[in-house]
Order: sequence, then C-alpha cells, then structure tokens
Amino acid sequence: MHISEGVLSASVLAGGGALTVIGTTIGLKKLDYDRIMSVAILSSAFFVASLVHVPLGPGSVHLLLNGLMGLILGWTCFPAILAALFLQAVLFQFGGIIVLGVNTFNMAAPALLCSCFLRSSLSAPGFKGAAAAYAAGFFSVFLSSFCMALSLALTDQGFIKTAEIVVAANFPIMIIEGFITMFIVSFLTRVQPEILGMVRN
Amino acid sequence: MIEDPFSKGDSFLHQANPVVKIISAAALTLVVALSKSFIPVFAGLLVSLVLLASARLFCGTVFRRMAAINGFIVFLWITLPLTYGGDVPMSVGPFALSGDGVRLAALITLKSNAVFLFFVALLATSTVAELGHGMEALQVPPKLCFLILFLYRYIFVISAEYNRLARAARIRCFKPRTNLHTYKTYAHLFAMTLVKSWNRSQRVREAMLLRGFNGRFYPMRERTMTGHDRIFLAGMALTVIIIVLMGFI
Repeated sequence: MHISEGVLSASVLAGGGALTVIGTTIGLKKLDYDRIMSVAILSSAFFVASLVHVPLGPGSVHLLLNGLMGLILGWTCFPAILAALFLQAVLFQFGGIIVLGVNTFNMAAPALLCSCFLRSSLSAPGFKGAAAAYAAGFFSVFLSSFCMALSLALTDQGFIKTAEIVVAANFPIMIIEGFITMFIVSFLTRVQPEILGMVRN
Repeated sequence: MIEDPFSKGDSFLHQANPVVKIISAAALTLVVALSKSFIPVFAGLLVSLVLLASARLFCGTVFRRMAAINGFIVFLWITLPLTYGGDVPMSVGPFALSGDGVRLAALITLKSNAVFLFFVALLATSTVAELGHGMEALQVPPKLCFLILFLYRYIFVISAEYNRLARAARIRCFKPRTNLHTYKTYAHLFAMTLVKSWNRSQRVREAMLLRGFNGRFYPMRERTMTGHDRIFLAGMALTVIIIVLMGFI
C-alpha cells in the first residue's frame, strides 16, 4: 500500500512528513538502546512478512501486519515502519524519499491507534481477546487504506473516485489480516507472551 | 527473495560519496515530483536517463523493476480518465474520457518513472551500509540509522528462517488455498518466525554487549568529500535550479 512519488501535492507531502517526524521523534524517545536490538530484529521479521503472499481467490495479496506491529511495538512502530519503508525504497524502489513521510504516517498512525485502544483487551480470555486481535488486524488495514485515500483526495478533488476504489479494493485484505493477526496473537500468547508484553516492560 | 543488484559496480556514481548522492536524489525528486507542467518533468526524465547511463545500469533488471513499480500507475490510468471529470470530456465508445484525467495520469507516469530512475542511479548504487553512515553524517537521529542498518543486516537472516519453515510446511503437503486453514498456517509460520527473531535478538544483544557495544557502528572506511564529489554536487545543484526555472516558462 504505497503511494508513488509524483502523485501527491506539496501540502499533503509536507503535512504527512511533519506528522511522521513527530511520531518518529516520540517513538525514538521511547526506544532505549536496551530494546533497540529486539525492535530491529522484530522489524526485519515484519519486513519479511510484507514479502509473503497469501492466496486470495485466483490472485494473491501480501501481508501488511501493521496492526500487529502496533500491538507489539507501540509508539516505536513509527521509526520501525519508517526504516522498513526506507529500505523497501532503496532495495525495491517502491515508494520514494519525499513521499516517505506520508506513506509512513498512513501505515503507522492506524497501528498506533490499534495499540492504544485494543492492547488492554488482548489478554482477556476467550472471545473478547480474540475479537480484539481480529479488530486490530482489520481496522489497521481499513484505517491505512482510508488514510491513503484521504491523502489522494486532499491532493486533488479528481482523485476522490480513485480513493473510494482504493478503500473498497482493500476490503478482502482487511478480513484476511484480521484472521491472521488473531491467529498470530493467540499463538504468541501461548508460546512467547513476552513479545506481546514488550511495550509494558 | 531479497537482493540489491545495483550496488555493485565501478562507475563514477558507484564511487561518489553517499552523502552527496542522498542530497542530490532528494533535491531532484522534490523538484520533479512537485512540478505541475510537462517541461520540467521531461527535463527530469532526461537527467535521470543520463545518470542511469553514467552508472552503467542500462540493463534488463532495471527495466523489469520499472515495470513492477508501474502497477499503481496502471491503476491510475484505469480510474483517472474515467472518473476525473473536467470540462472537455472525449468520448470513446460508451466511455466519456476526461482530458484533464488523461493529462494528470500522463504527468504522474512521467514523474514516477523519472524518480524511480533517480533512485536507481543515485541511491541503489550505494550499499545500505554506506547510505546508513551517509545519513548519520546528515544528522539523521543515530537510533534511526542504527535501526535501518540493523534491519538490513537481519532481513536476510530472518527471510532464510521463514523460508525454512515454509519449506517444512510444503514438504508436509501444505497447499495454499483461499480458506481459513491456509491463513491459520501462514499465521503460525509467521508467529514462529517472530518467536525465533525474538530469541535471536536476545542472543545478539548479549553478544554485542559482551563486545562493548556503545550504540554506534564504526565504518571501515570514513568517507571524506573529494574534489570529484564537490564538482558532482555543484553540477547537481545547477541541474536542480535549471529544472525549477523551466517550471516558470
């Protein structure tokens, strides 16, 4: 879910850039050198996940898992996503430098929201915990595509229809991400709960 | 799965200082991405082709990558002309094509491809390690540089780890389909990758602390600005100014 370089207007680029700088600054403040290794290696796992394609009907979609990233990393998801998108730009030339701020914000802000609102319900037993994990996966992708649509619509009124299609096209991905996030959280709770408790520790 | 094929080479651009290349790439991208008329964008595309030629990267890999990044552009070509609106719609069969929509889609196509080529010629010709140190020199927060360098160091390791699990699943006759079982399997594969990454990170942290790690990586070769780098930077600055001026024609 990237917007390529050359699409957005100067004001949207500047706004997204400023918000990403704020988020990244807070994220880096909260990240001490004691945890930086764990954050870096978990981020590389998320980077690898974004290259995994899961089948959907006749085609396939790639995972985003930004909801899970938010749940595990909290505010640190801002610098982690920024670093990952920068690497994608350098290694695969997806996205670009100037649009990096907007793309980071579109992915990281929904992740952070999910982390704020859903983290506390994750440890609830049974249906409530599973529903919270599902919601984190579903809404992080929904909000990301909404933010992407919003950045297009704010650039030019003519993009509004395109923006609507972006949100609609991402709907199946939201459902799949919800399920995958739910299964991952339930696996981690059983196998290595420290990972989910990283922010608190 | 992951490789950076463009960073190896001995052209002038491969040897230039990463700091200079980062600045030039950012400046060129900014002026081209924000211009509203065709002339500066064409000029930018021309500059990008010259840079690509001087990096000696006119090869199939570049153009295959180029085709891949044009996916979003194809999507814009499908939606924009039909939905943009505007005053002078052209009609082709039952569809009303918006002239403004076509113009915008064409402009975006040229811009994106020019920027892609800047990226290949200026940034992909350095290794990520060099770029990381270059960014440190440009006062990017050290923790962020650390994150980028470490992320790059470990994506290959973690990707091998994930592939091993995926291979084990395939040997056990796992066939991905559109069903809950498939998604559950992928979720467990990835969750196991996270668990392994977590445990690895604890070991790496301890190993680095034992070796007296203080939060900084020291490059084997400290880069300094050479005469060539200054000339290149001046040339790039001049090019950027000319492209900006072309926007006012």
